[in-house]
Amino acid sequence: MIRYFYTSGEYFIFLAKVFSFNNKAKTFYSRLIDEIYALGIQSIGIVTVISAFIGAVITIQTAYNMENPILPDYLVGLATRDSLLLEFSSTIVALILAGKVGSNIASEVGTMRVTEQIDALEIMGVNSASFLVLPKIAAMVIFNPFLAVISMIVGISGGMCVAYLTDIMSFADYVNGIQYAFVPFYVTYSLIKTLFFGFIIASIPAFFGYNVKGGSLEVGRASTKAVVASVILILFVNLILTKIFLS
Amino acid sequence: MIKVQNVFKSFDSVGVLDDISFEFEQGKNNLIIGQSGSGKTVLLKSIVGLFEIDKGDILYDGASFSSMNLHQRRDIRKEIGMLFQGSALFDWATVEENVRFPLDMFTDMSDKEKSDRVNFCLERVNIEKAHKLLPSEISGGMQKRVAIARAISMKPKYLFCDEPNSGLDPKTSIVIDNLISSITKELNITTIINTHDMNTVTEFGDKILFIANGKKCWEGSKKTIFNSDNDELNQFVFASSVYQKFREQKHSDEK
Repeated sequence: MIRYFYTSGEYFIFLAKVFSFNNKAKTFYSRLIDEIYALGIQSIGIVTVISAFIGAVITIQTAYNMENPILPDYLVGLATRDSLLLEFSSTIVALILAGKVGSNIASEVGTMRVTEQIDALEIMGVNSASFLVLPKIAAMVIFNPFLAVISMIVGISGGMCVAYLTDIMSFADYVNGIQYAFVPFYVTYSLIKTLFFGFIIASIPAFFGYNVKGGSLEVGRASTKAVVASVILILFVNLILTKIFLS
Repeated sequence: MIKVQNVFKSFDSVGVLDDISFEFEQGKNNLIIGQSGSGKTVLLKSIVGLFEIDKGDILYDGASFSSMNLHQRRDIRKEIGMLFQGSALFDWATVEENVRFPLDMFTDMSDKEKSDRVNFCLERVNIEKAHKLLPSEISGGMQKRVAIARAISMKPKYLFCDEPNSGLDPKTSIVIDNLISSITKELNITTIINTHDMNTVTEFGDKILFIANGKKCWEGSKKTIFNSDNDELNQFVFASSVYQKFREQKHSDEK
């Protein structure tokens, strides 16, 4: 237990170093663009594929579970839409990104640590934590909401394709369902969550990578620890935010 | 000039450096020698502030590094060039970008001035036609030379080299040693080289500090190293059969 408090303390000290920005703004913006591309734009593919399939599967499963004449068909569209807006596109996509982006960040920063590249930055007088990690955090916080919006659109479209291509329900009922009793705040709530998740996805793996001691084995271990810690923290923060915003 | 005064350093209460004092002179190749695990790298990294010392002081031209705040240390570090054991070139940057990096971070030079400086530094270390290559696309010897170019790009006052010959063949090692030595004389900088390469010691050791088990055992120069009566130093120096034969020859000549 003490070890967790100790690690938490180290994490906040690390964040203080990350946000004590003293490098050139021009360098920061240049790295920010690179990180948005590497961490955000290069994640669009996986988010799109997973969202399309999950949207389709939610539609099929909901339709099979609602084979009851009392329940109108359009509820399938409504259930798909709300599942995607409330949880999948923010939380589940964040968990997927914690694996993809998180392991990438931890191993990249960890390798820089064991190959003395971070020491080289420090020797030059560069704030290495700020130089390496701040653009990653900013990139994820900025781009994660876009990924969530893409996921929402593609997921709902996946369900729409199923409705159109199969005979489990009518296309018109699905379209009616996704418009029925729409609560715009669900989108706002989901996007607020993505800001927090983006921060976690970038900062936790960077912390584990930055503090690697040893060689390549430790980089691998740090990467695993980073993903596990990020996933747990995302779930915990999701619980708290849901309680705050929806209860 | 860099002065190390009564420096102690330990990790998890295991002593690594024990009361080390030494003066590294400007314009000279100052060597720290000793066996693997003797504390050479810890001493070097303590001098540049990558490790905090437990006791003692480190003076850069009379200014106490140990009592400086973070900003003062960063200012000093802008005057430091360092060559790491594994080169430590940035993976994500080309050869040219690696050398240009400190200029981008700390100067207000124009693009033209930066390009001129980068070209000068790369020419100085005899790197041609590799400007656009990534570190992974060049040989170990070239990586060391690029790292030297990066280290001198900001015209440093102090140059630190951690095992500059590690992993290099004897011929390339000599090239690297010559390069470091000529840059030291040319720029009149304080160079500290951490090594256990006896060729470097005998050719370039203007001033030598020998440490064993974290303690200073001997200091001298390449001229006096073969005449020492320090047992630990002699065990280190004459470990190789080449130098043993050299000693035997010397003894028989004296008789």
